[in-house]
Amino acid sequence: MNNLELIKNALPYLLEGTLVTIQLTFWSLLIGIVVGLPIAFAQVYGNKILQGVVAVYERLARSIPLLVMLLLLNYGLPMLGLRIPIFRAAVIGIGLRSAAYQSQIYRGAIQSVGGSQMKAARSLGMSKMKAFFYIIAPQAIRIAIPPVANESAIVLKDTSLAFTIGVVELLRQGEYFIATSNEPMVIYLTIAAIYFILTTIVNGGLSLFEKKYQIPGIGIEGGHSDAY
Amino acid sequence: MPTKHLLRIEDLHHSFENEEVLKGISLALDKGETKVIVGPSGTGKSTILNNIIRLVPPTKGKIYLEDTEITSAKNINEIRQQIGFVFQDFGLFNHLTAKGNVMIGLTKVKKMNKKEAEELALFELERVGLENYADSYPSQLSGGQKQRVGIARALAMQPKLILFDEPTSALDPELTGEVLKVMRNLAEEGMTMLVVTHEMGFARSVADELIFMEGGNIVEQGDPEKLFTNPDHKRTKEFLFQLTDLYGEGEN
Repeated sequence: MNNLELIKNALPYLLEGTLVTIQLTFWSLLIGIVVGLPIAFAQVYGNKILQGVVAVYERLARSIPLLVMLLLLNYGLPMLGLRIPIFRAAVIGIGLRSAAYQSQIYRGAIQSVGGSQMKAARSLGMSKMKAFFYIIAPQAIRIAIPPVANESAIVLKDTSLAFTIGVVELLRQGEYFIATSNEPMVIYLTIAAIYFILTTIVNGGLSLFEKKYQIPGIGIEGGHSDAY
Repeated sequence: MPTKHLLRIEDLHHSFENEEVLKGISLALDKGETKVIVGPSGTGKSTILNNIIRLVPPTKGKIYLEDTEITSAKNINEIRQQIGFVFQDFGLFNHLTAKGNVMIGLTKVKKMNKKEAEELALFELERVGLENYADSYPSQLSGGQKQRVGIARALAMQPKLILFDEPTSALDPELTGEVLKVMRNLAEEGMTMLVVTHEMGFARSVADELIFMEGGNIVEQGDPEKLFTNPDHKRTKEFLFQLTDLYGEGEN
């Protein structure tokens, strides 16, 4: 069997795994936003107690290796009588870690807009809510896009760790195929290429969005960092 | 108590942490008047302005806008619409054009329709000499132009008075002139203004009354000509003469 034929045979399985990888990425990022945004708000606008609580969470989530977290969720929790299906365990682990990183992106973006614009908005008679909605948010979103693109690519790649707890995503599908074909080089390269294409699409999409809503003087001038 | 003054401040105190920065300030402003507050840095001048619109709520004292006591008023957002504020660091909204900056208070706070708001915004921009920069973003404007947008934004709200918090401190001398010119015109048109500044030339030639502050107190207030030439207090003389020596008597 030549390489091209091998890839052709493997592709249906790999694409099936890719679909799972995309689902893992989507749900993990969603958890990251849903949990990360309130954390950012708590850090910027919350009182001391709230700030303390989220600081501890953030510290923990950023200090524990994702692999350890996934193993804890999958093998540790059942010992306490809590068994989570592997797909969900993976999403929770990846999502909660991403939330910690995303919260820092949003916090930084909100704070970088600056207190003087908030003051100016209040001086016009805007409520704090209105000022946030009309003045802070439109700028913070633009500032956050490049780092969010970066974080999305990281999450996408880190879903491969879900393989270790048994989620049949892209990498594990590849493993299956290697077990029968014994062609690790070709299959791993194909998997790498698929990850490359996916991250390129994610970054490209957000980059387009960024360019479409570009405003002079906001964000990093001259396009965004193509950090993969 | 009813009053004929447009703005009246009575026994205003303010403390940051344990340090009292305002130790009982009283002053009044009539319609059409321009009063200028001068004094060394850290004397509490800007705090007075921030106290008035409660960006920094005062510790003690009463402030009246016409007949309304505004220090404890619940509808602070309505009161803020009636008092313009021009910031030292401009406070422009970076995601909006010059026109957008002037319009947003009209459309989002005053609920004016977009077309009307746009007309008024263009009118106010023309008033500060920026009709050709309506579509420029703040990052594309010079400091002096930014501050003039800031003034247009305050004017568009059609306030009863405008507070200026060191409007030219962040500008180099060349740009200071264009901002002071706009302010001078406003004063002549009868806008009521309370100005904190270090621009002695402006203070001397435009102010109806000059207020010299130091250490959280008003040391002396009155006709600027008198304060500059023959003040009652030694400290006023030292401060004003020292600045006049440094910067000369004229305006930029």
